[in-house]
Amino acid sequence: MQKKLVVSCSPHLHNKAVSSQRIMLDVIIALLPTAVAAVWFFGGSALMLIIVSVLSAVAAEFLYQYHMRQPITVSDLSAVVTGLLLAFNLPANAPWWIAVVGSFLAIILVKQLFGGLGQNFINPALAARAILMLSWTSLMAANVLPHGGEWLAPATTDAVSVATPLAHGASGFTLWQLFSGDVPGMIGETCKLTLLLGGVYLLIRRVIDWRIPVAFIGTVAIAYFIKTGTLYSVESGSQNVLYQLLSGGLILGAVFMATDYVTSPMTGLGRLIMGIGCGLFLFIIREYSSYPEGCSFAILFMNVLTPLIDRFTGTKPFGFEKPKTPAKEAKA
Amino acid sequence: MSLYYRFPGGIHPHEGINGKSVTSVLPIVEPQQPSRVVIPMQQHIGAPCKSLVKKGDRVKVGMKIGEPTGFVSSAVHSSVSGTVVNVEPCVLANGLEAECVIIDNDFKDEWVELHPVENPDAMDAAAISALSREMGLVGLGGATFPYGVKLMPPKVKLDTLILNGAECEPYLSADHRLMLIKAKEIIEATKRMQQAFGIEKVFIGIEKNKPDAIDVMKKACEGDKTFSVVPLRVWYPQGGEKQLVYALTKRRVRTGGLPIEKGALVVNVGSCYALYQAIYKGIPLIERVVTVSGAVQKPGNYLVRIGTPVHRLIEESEGFLPDAKMMIYGGPMMGMAINRMDIPVTKGCSGITVLERKLLHGQESACIRCGRCVEVCPMLLCPSDIDKAFRKGRYDDAEKLGAMNCLECGACSWSCPANRALTQSCKTCKKIIGERQRAARQKQQKEGAK
Repeated sequence: MQKKLVVSCSPHLHNKAVSSQRIMLDVIIALLPTAVAAVWFFGGSALMLIIVSVLSAVAAEFLYQYHMRQPITVSDLSAVVTGLLLAFNLPANAPWWIAVVGSFLAIILVKQLFGGLGQNFINPALAARAILMLSWTSLMAANVLPHGGEWLAPATTDAVSVATPLAHGASGFTLWQLFSGDVPGMIGETCKLTLLLGGVYLLIRRVIDWRIPVAFIGTVAIAYFIKTGTLYSVESGSQNVLYQLLSGGLILGAVFMATDYVTSPMTGLGRLIMGIGCGLFLFIIREYSSYPEGCSFAILFMNVLTPLIDRFTGTKPFGFEKPKTPAKEAKA
Repeated sequence: MSLYYRFPGGIHPHEGINGKSVTSVLPIVEPQQPSRVVIPMQQHIGAPCKSLVKKGDRVKVGMKIGEPTGFVSSAVHSSVSGTVVNVEPCVLANGLEAECVIIDNDFKDEWVELHPVENPDAMDAAAISALSREMGLVGLGGATFPYGVKLMPPKVKLDTLILNGAECEPYLSADHRLMLIKAKEIIEATKRMQQAFGIEKVFIGIEKNKPDAIDVMKKACEGDKTFSVVPLRVWYPQGGEKQLVYALTKRRVRTGGLPIEKGALVVNVGSCYALYQAIYKGIPLIERVVTVSGAVQKPGNYLVRIGTPVHRLIEESEGFLPDAKMMIYGGPMMGMAINRMDIPVTKGCSGITVLERKLLHGQESACIRCGRCVEVCPMLLCPSDIDKAFRKGRYDDAEKLGAMNCLECGACSWSCPANRALTQSCKTCKKIIGERQRAARQKQQKEGAK
C-alpha cells in the first residue's frame, strides 16, 4: 500500500499548455513567415544573416553559461528569438560578422551580464541594433533594393543603395509595395503582411497582449493624422497616415519588440502607457530629429521607463479601502 | 446576465484534466467504517478543544469528546462507538502533530440520545450560534471557520445570505452530490438562518457545470420569492468567499474583512446540511461527504465518519493507479499533499485527490515577466513581485505589495509558464508577516501595560 508519494506546496495542478519554451516557440513560429519573406525579397544574403545571427546568439548564450558554470538554458529558445529579431534588424548587405558581433552584444552584454533571461532592462536585439547602428553607421544604413523572387541570388556587391521609404524626401513607393515588403529596408521589417500575420497568431495564442501593439500603432496613426490631416493620397507623398504606418520598423517593433515581456510593464494600464509612449517617441524621432526612423530608440526609451510605469500602475488589492483614521490602522 | 456575475482574475483549470465528470455522476455511498478512528481536537480555525475522555473510556456515536476552549472554537464529537485507546499527538494533514483522541471501533454503532431542537421556527441567531458551537459545526468548504462565531448575532444588519454551492476545485464533487439528494434539507436550514437573521435575499450560487444540481435546488425553493438560484460561470476560484460575494452582489469585501461587514453571510451547502442535521435531528457533525478521485482504481463520493484514516478511503477506491505520484488532502488547487496513509479525515476535508506524475509541476525557471499571474490573480495582486520580494527576504516590501490579501487559490502558480512557486512564496510571506504583526502587537501591549 505504502508507495513513494511526493509532497509539495499547493497548487498541485499546473497549466501544461504554457511554458516559457512554448511561448518562445510561438514567437519563432510567428516570425517564420517574415523570415521567408525576407529571403524572398533580399535573397541568399538574408538567409545567411538569419542563420548566422541565430547560431551565434545560441552559441553566445551557451558559451557564457558554460564558462560561468551556470545551468545551460539554451533549450528555452529565448536566444533563438533574440537571434531572429536581431537578423530582422540588419540590412541585407551587412557583412556576416555584423550579425555575430550583434548577437554576442545582445546575449552577453545586454542579457547575461544583467542576470540572464528575465533580468535585462532593455530589449537585447534592439540594444544590439542600436550599438551596431552607432558603431558601423555606413554598414547598417546602406539599404539594398529588394530583388523580389530572385531566390537565393547572392547579394551582388554592385547592389544599388537607395533611400528607404522614410528617408527625407523619398516617397516613390506604392501602398502595396510598402505592405508586401517590396521596399528597401532592414530584412525583417519590410513585409508588413507576414508581420501582421505573425501578430494575429500571437494574439490568438494569447502570447502577446493586444494593448501594446494597438496603443503603439494607434498613437502613431493619430499623431500623423493630426499633423498631416490625410489618411492616404498619392500626392501627399510620405505625409499621410497609411504611408507612415507601413514604413520603417513600426509594425515589427509594435508586434514583436515592444511586446517583449521582460522589458514591458506587467499590468494592463502599464501596457497601454507603454504603447502610447512608444508611439509618441516614434513620431517625435521620425519628424523632428535627424534620424529618418526612430522605432528602435522609441522602444528602448520606453524599456528604460518600464520599472517606473510598473511602479505607478501597480494594482490595488481587491477590496482595498483607504484606512479611515490613522489610529485605527495602527491598531489593526 | 452572465457577464454580470463575474469577478476579476481567475482561471479555468478543468480543461482536459478535470476529474469532476468522473465522480459527479456517482451517488454518495457509505463505506464500511474503519476499525480505528483518529479524531483531532482541533478541526477548526481557532483554539483547540480540551479532550473530555481518557484512555479506556467507552464512547458512543455523537458523544462530545472535545470541549471548545476559546471564543473561536467548536466542539468535537465521537464518530464511532467503542473504546478510547489513547489521547496523544498524531501527525495530521499539515505534517504537524496535534492532540487526537484515538478510538477503537466496536462496530455496534451505538448512538447517544439525540435531542432535536423542539421549536426550530422560533430559533434566533443566538440560539443557532450556540447550537452550532455545541454541535461542532464549522465551515465545510475547507476554511473550517467555527459556525458558532460565524452565526453570532451580527453588529450590522445582514440583508443577503449566499449559499455556496460553487465547488470550483477540480476533481471534487462532494457538494454537488449532496445538493442532489439533500436539497430540501439544505433549503430548510437556510430558511432557519434567513428567519433568525431577518435576511431579505438568498442567493444560491452554483457553477454551470452542475445543471442537475441547479435544477434540483430551483425545485426545492420553488415558490419562495426571496430565493434565487444563480448559475455561475465555471471559473476558479468562484467558490472563494470574496469572489462569490462580489459576483452575486457586486460588494467588495474589505482587505482582511469578512463578508458580514457588507451585510452578506456566506454559507457552504455542506455546512448548511450539517446545520439541518443539528437542528432537526440533533446529530452533531460526525460525518461529511468526501470525494476520492484522480489516479485511483474506482473514484467515488463517500459519506465518511470524521477521523477515518485515509487508507480506508483508498482501499474503498480499490487502491492507486500505477502512476499515482501524489495524494492530496482536499482539492488539487488548495489541498495539502500528504505522504502518510494514517492521516485522518477531518471536518475540513472535502476530498482526497490522487495525481499522476505527468500532472505535477515541472522544473522552475526564470521569471519572464509575462504578466499572466497578474492577469489571473482574483485579489488583483502582483504575485511575481511578491515572489521576488520574498526571495530577497524583503517582507516589508511584500506586505506593501498586499501579500496579506492573498487567498492562496493557486491561480498564479497554475498559470506560470516558468513553473514558479508563486503561491508558495505568498503563503510563506503571509506566515512570516503574520508572525511579525503578532509580535509587534504583543510588544505594544506589553508597553501599554507598563
